[in-house]
Order: sequence, then C-alpha cells, then structure tokens
Amino acid sequence: MGELGVVDSFTVTFIVRRFNPETDSEPHWQDFDVEMYSTDRVLDGLHKIKWDQDGSLSFRRSCAHGICGSDAMRINGRNRLACKTLIKDLDISKPVYVEAIKGLPLEKDLIVDMEPFFAAYREVQPFLQTSAKPKKEHLQSVEQRERFDDTTKCILCAACTTSCPVFWTDGQYFGPAAIVAAHRFIFDSRDEEAQVRLDILNSKEGVWRCRTTFNCSEACPRGIEVTKAISEVKQAAIRGVRR
Amino acid sequence: MRRLKLERLGWIFMRVSGFFLIALIFTHLIVNVMQDGGVHAIDFAFVAGKLANPLWQWFDVTLLWLALIHGTNGMRVVIEDYVYRINLKRFLLGGLAVSTAVLIVLGTLVIFTLDPCPTDAAANLLPSFCTAG
Repeated sequence: MGELGVVDSFTVTFIVRRFNPETDSEPHWQDFDVEMYSTDRVLDGLHKIKWDQDGSLSFRRSCAHGICGSDAMRINGRNRLACKTLIKDLDISKPVYVEAIKGLPLEKDLIVDMEPFFAAYREVQPFLQTSAKPKKEHLQSVEQRERFDDTTKCILCAACTTSCPVFWTDGQYFGPAAIVAAHRFIFDSRDEEAQVRLDILNSKEGVWRCRTTFNCSEACPRGIEVTKAISEVKQAAIRGVRR
Repeated sequence: MRRLKLERLGWIFMRVSGFFLIALIFTHLIVNVMQDGGVHAIDFAFVAGKLANPLWQWFDVTLLWLALIHGTNGMRVVIEDYVYRINLKRFLLGGLAVSTAVLIVLGTLVIFTLDPCPTDAAANLLPSFCTAG
C-alpha cells in the first residue's frame, strides 16, 4: 500500500503540574507518555491524557483554535496557547513541561482564577464612549482605524499579563492586557473619554510600573506588540493623545 | 487640566537624569582616571585642586544630586516591587530616604566648603602643598 500522507507518530512525555485543592497542599509534577503525531498540538496531548489516561486532569479550552483565549498555559516555561503550540515546534527529545499561568490564584491543575485579570480589564473602561449620535455609522478613515488596529486583536487569554514579572510581584499592577484594552479605545478617533482612561492608568499601579522587559510581546499568541502599545500609552499620558 | 502625578514625574526624571548622567559620568571618568597620569595621579592635592574651581564644584554637585536621586528612585522602585510586608516596606523606604538625604547634605557641604589648608590647623596635619608656596 502507498504510504502517501502517512504522518509519523512518536511518544512524547508530558510533565504536568498537578494540583487538587481538595487533597493537595502543594502542586506536584506528574508525567504522562502520549503517542502523538507531528501535526498534533499540545492541546491534543492534553486531550489524550484526559480522555485515555487520567480523567481528573483539569484545563480550560473552548474553541481549540486560537480565538477564544481559554487555554493559555505555561509550556516549557513560556506562556502559550496549547491549541496553537505544535508538537513539531517543540524539542520532543526532552519532556514537555506544562503548568498553569503564573501570578493568578491556582484553582486546579491548569486552571487559575481569572477574576483579578478581568477586574483590571473592566477598570480601564474597555468600551466606546461617545456623545455623537450619527444617523448611520460613526465614520472613520482608514488611517484612523489603522492607528489602533494592533490592539483590537486581543483575545483576553492573559498570556501577556501572567508573563509580566511586575504583575507576578504583588498582582496590583493593571498588567499588559488591561493597558492594551485601554490603548484600543484611547487611540480610537470615535471615543471621547481617552483622558479618563489615561488618568486611571496614570495611577501608582498604572503604566509607570512597566519595566519594558518585553515578556508580554513575546508571550502574545496574537502577535500584538504589547510593549509598544504600553509605551504609546505612556507617551499619551505625558504629551496627550495623538491620534 | 492634567494633574501632577508623582509616578509619571519619577518616570520622566529617570529618563532625563539618565541622559545627563551619561555625559556627566563619562566626563568625570575621563578627567579623573584617564587624563594626565590616570588613576595613579589622584591624590588629595588633585581633588583639592579640582574643588577649588567653581566650574568643577557645580559639575560635581550636579553629578552628586542626579546620581543619588536617580539611584534612590531606582531602589524605591525595587522596594515597591518586591517588599510586600507593609512595616518592612516603610522601614526600608524611610531608611533609603534618610540615607540619601544625609549623603546629599554631606556631599554638597564637602564640595562647597572644602578648605584643604585650614589656617588654624597644626602644621603636621596639613598636606605638604599647603606650606610649599
């Protein structure tokens, strides 16, 4: 028979950081050997573990295609979406380490409490505020739309915020994702409340805590230039908004 | 009207002072440890000679203030980031403020009031160049 289209399979070792709040006082690492194809993703490996080996493994995922932002996790020490991380891009001669994102309260296995993250997001007022009431749509030029295009791509997966060493320290910092959300409206020509958001981000836990370590830009699964967006918000807080 | 925000002021200060410190520090290093015999030529007479010149007095005092405040603000940020216990944080921030204030006052006093040859001092305590002329 022709072997056309046959994909190689191999054994991949996953070492997953497990935590069961009902029985464990501390998280511990557990390894699983999984038969995988080079076309598989880390998420497929987690599915195989959960479905065939240990049904108690807990993790979030919804769409499984890089849009919903549910399955951000720390894969080999880097924040990634499990559904966008291909096995062929990892060094499978070594085990693949998978753990929950850092800096948010761990609930179980790979699941963290996202509420502090969303609280910071809500605080920057991430919605259009305008007094204009046009009969049809709000008009905007291509250039005006382009100004904040990059920050519209955010899917709120928290990969950036939980890769930020300043956020890890005490969790008081707004974090990159909230600043990205603010950037999206601060630089929107239709919005009228940019100054309100800048005042919020001008506070002690606002943009000035950013140390430009670029962890957030490196972590973003959507390729948003997060650190650049934060710098633009800093500039706007100093010189005013230039759309 | 935009309100004055201390964190923003701190952020701007770090960048502006950093810019000037690069020029000041390299001038300081070149003049003190590279020109005219380099580091081995530095002695009490060299320092006293420099501090007798108002230009170097103001140069040194600018360098002292900018470097100390720049460094203190950096330390403050580190403490704010990594110390969570409120009493320890207050203690460290207070200690930092006091030590910086002391260093700035002492440094400024030395720069502007240094008299290498005080007239009422015993001759054996004075450097040789005081009696040479």
